[in-house]
Amino acid sequence: MEGFSFAELGHFALILALVCASIQSVVPLIGAARGDAAMMATAPMTALAQFLVLAVSFAALTNAFVTSDFSVLNVVQNSHSLKPMLYKVSGVWGNHEGSLLLWVTVLALFGALVALFGRNLPPGLKARTLAVQAMVSVGFLLFMILTSNPFERVFPPPFEGNDLNPLLQDPGLALHPPMLYIGYVGLSISFSFAVAALIEGKVDAAWARYVRPWTLLAWAFLTGGIALGSWWAYYELGWGGFWFWDPVENASFMPWLAATALLHSAIVVEKRDTLKSWTILLAIIGFSLSLIGTFLVRSGVLTSVHAFATDPDRGLFILILLVIAIGGSLALYAWRAPQLQGGGLFRPISREGALVFNNLLLTTATATVLLGTLYPLFLDAMDGSKVSVGPPYYNLTFVPLMAPLLIALGVGPLLSWKRADLWAAMARLKLAALVVLVVAALSLIMLEGDRAYATLGLILSGWVVSASLVEFLQRAGLGRTGPGAMVRRMIGLPRAAWGMMLAHVGVGILVAGATGASLLTTEVITTMRPGETMQLKSLNLEFESQQEVRGPNYFALRGNFVARDADGDVIARFAPENRRYIAGGQETTEASIRSSLTRDLYVALGDPDGTGGMTVRAYIKPFVPWLWIGSALMMLGGFVSLSDRRLRIGAPKRSGARAGGDARAAAPAPAE
Amino acid sequence: MRMLALCALLFGALAVWGGPAGPALAVQPDEVLDDPALESRARDISKELRCLVCQNQSIDDSNAELARDLRVLVRERLVAGDSNKEVFAFVTDRYGDYVLLRPPVNAETLVLWGGPFVLFGIAAVSVALWMRGRSRRNALMAEAAGATGLSDAEEARLAALMGDDRDMKEKRP
Repeated sequence: MEGFSFAELGHFALILALVCASIQSVVPLIGAARGDAAMMATAPMTALAQFLVLAVSFAALTNAFVTSDFSVLNVVQNSHSLKPMLYKVSGVWGNHEGSLLLWVTVLALFGALVALFGRNLPPGLKARTLAVQAMVSVGFLLFMILTSNPFERVFPPPFEGNDLNPLLQDPGLALHPPMLYIGYVGLSISFSFAVAALIEGKVDAAWARYVRPWTLLAWAFLTGGIALGSWWAYYELGWGGFWFWDPVENASFMPWLAATALLHSAIVVEKRDTLKSWTILLAIIGFSLSLIGTFLVRSGVLTSVHAFATDPDRGLFILILLVIAIGGSLALYAWRAPQLQGGGLFRPISREGALVFNNLLLTTATATVLLGTLYPLFLDAMDGSKVSVGPPYYNLTFVPLMAPLLIALGVGPLLSWKRADLWAAMARLKLAALVVLVVAALSLIMLEGDRAYATLGLILSGWVVSASLVEFLQRAGLGRTGPGAMVRRMIGLPRAAWGMMLAHVGVGILVAGATGASLLTTEVITTMRPGETMQLKSLNLEFESQQEVRGPNYFALRGNFVARDADGDVIARFAPENRRYIAGGQETTEASIRSSLTRDLYVALGDPDGTGGMTVRAYIKPFVPWLWIGSALMMLGGFVSLSDRRLRIGAPKRSGARAGGDARAAAPAPAE
Repeated sequence: MRMLALCALLFGALAVWGGPAGPALAVQPDEVLDDPALESRARDISKELRCLVCQNQSIDDSNAELARDLRVLVRERLVAGDSNKEVFAFVTDRYGDYVLLRPPVNAETLVLWGGPFVLFGIAAVSVALWMRGRSRRNALMAEAAGATGLSDAEEARLAALMGDDRDMKEKRP
């Protein structure tokens, strides 16, 4: 293989991708304007080509990491030959340049998916969507090639690399960026569809039908990505927090909130042909927030755990990209949106009304998070004064917005379209109200009656879960048919109904998890020597022994703990570690967590006190596993809904002969 | 050169965070006060104070030296008999408002605190106006088309006769 270098091939492929994307962003647009089918047909071809060359480029960088090719600067800076294979691979995106390459590869992947599976899309819409998608690609490819080339070489190559930040050497975090990016970048498709629709000047139910699966896909991955990041913080940072309102977390949370709003408003467009221009705006806002998030994280404007880049040139470049993309699309919106006429009317108390309420709260919440995230930067830029916006701010602004949303979430799905009878809907929720009463009574007793907020959180959780289940079961014939018939009807319900139920139940479960983690934790911090025991509520925790262990690229001090209940029966064993990484000497703590259905037991090791004792932190965290169960259910709900026959990507093709109209009319609403 | 800069940055960052990175974790056993009520107040206060050398961490979460000093200081003030308010005042006198994770409401933070509520108000009013405008426009169109305007009671009866369309749908096999 003399004279041949995969790294150079990757670099070359990156430039080829820019060429493909440039063609893709211009030719189909002209074609669509002229009605030239041949020119429009270049869109899917270039989209596929762009993805293929980017895949080659990505493979080349992966190869450099896997083979520890230390002639590539990026590998030198972020890898080490002793690193386990999983982290060699995840090191590809564990740095600024590599994560951008992942960003554009995912962007191109989505373009290619539209090219492949969007055969039934109207050719004009398809050409324009892919062209807009390619414009975003061009911006990011230029950014990479000019300021953040992942294939930069070093000569002479060093013998060993600097290793990946050990905090990032973790299975949860290996998967977190790809998932998050699929979600983050996936919103680009909704954006491209929205801009394409604005160019065409036409938005109808079919448009919403095309956009919804993509938004759903992006949303599901975004949910999973955020949950993984939160899970990582929970077990890796050593004190069991799961959400910190860190700007970088907010950067992914804002698109999620907007995407959630978009999912719901697109239902209204699809079912009732109204809220069109609002939905277009949301699609633009959703991806704009992804871009803002990328800017915040990538430009080094904020320096925090996730921010690797602090090059002002890069920041400026992304800022310009941001202004062009967001400013351009919003200008187009201002120009074109007034032409979009709304259709179906509805009363405030109706399914549409509930979905508008959902959007009202979700967008205000998004704006609140944006305000809190940007305000310190804004104030600093204005007059250099500094302000800290921390969790207490969000607890006072964001949380109060979520409470009415959760209450409405229980009732909304029971309201009929156009106009509904709120009291009739409430009457159908008697069972849920009963559950709420039980939850309230139980938490008042169990929590010794002194924790108002925790009680409130659990009540909301109980309400959302039981109302969602009751709605679903009633649809399956609860109280009207026998259990056998109910099961049959349940199986027969549309996947979208299943998806909604799963996601909504997930939200409720998540609320309980968040309540437990933030309000109901029991903590003991103490110094222990091997052989000593501590009392953690009714549990007895013994520090049995400590030992030195050696991992593939670190040494660790491990403590062995055993927890016993009041009768002396062993409940769980723990082996928390303190690790020191060989390459950089960084230290990390590996908490030891034992989960059961209702709580986590969490033990982390601190520093030795110099006289043979160790700092030990032990926690009982009620409901914490529900955070992950709830998130998983939401994600599952997204995928189940995505598998619905009516949304399946190829489906409109079959009914395409009948213009999709009949099939749509016969099918129940996806929201139901 | 660039490599060196990056290394420096990485180590700098590690030294600065201290908090999440090192195994030395936040509150240490020797800091904990004997009086559980006082300790719990100290923890609540600590959660609202920023670790000044960290990125977005409270002193309760951080193990930076400065955070520890501040935690000890908070506890000293509490033991000396300060109220929570007095402790916050004592700390902000020394470090400024930047140390507060819950920014005080003043001219500078008016937009920050008022923003969410004003935005919600504006959005809610716009929705209300939009819906009113639409229904009025619709009424005009209905009149123009010669449709018989039904009274509320008649509309309700019609709705009852039509039933919930979802129920109809469900009765289908």
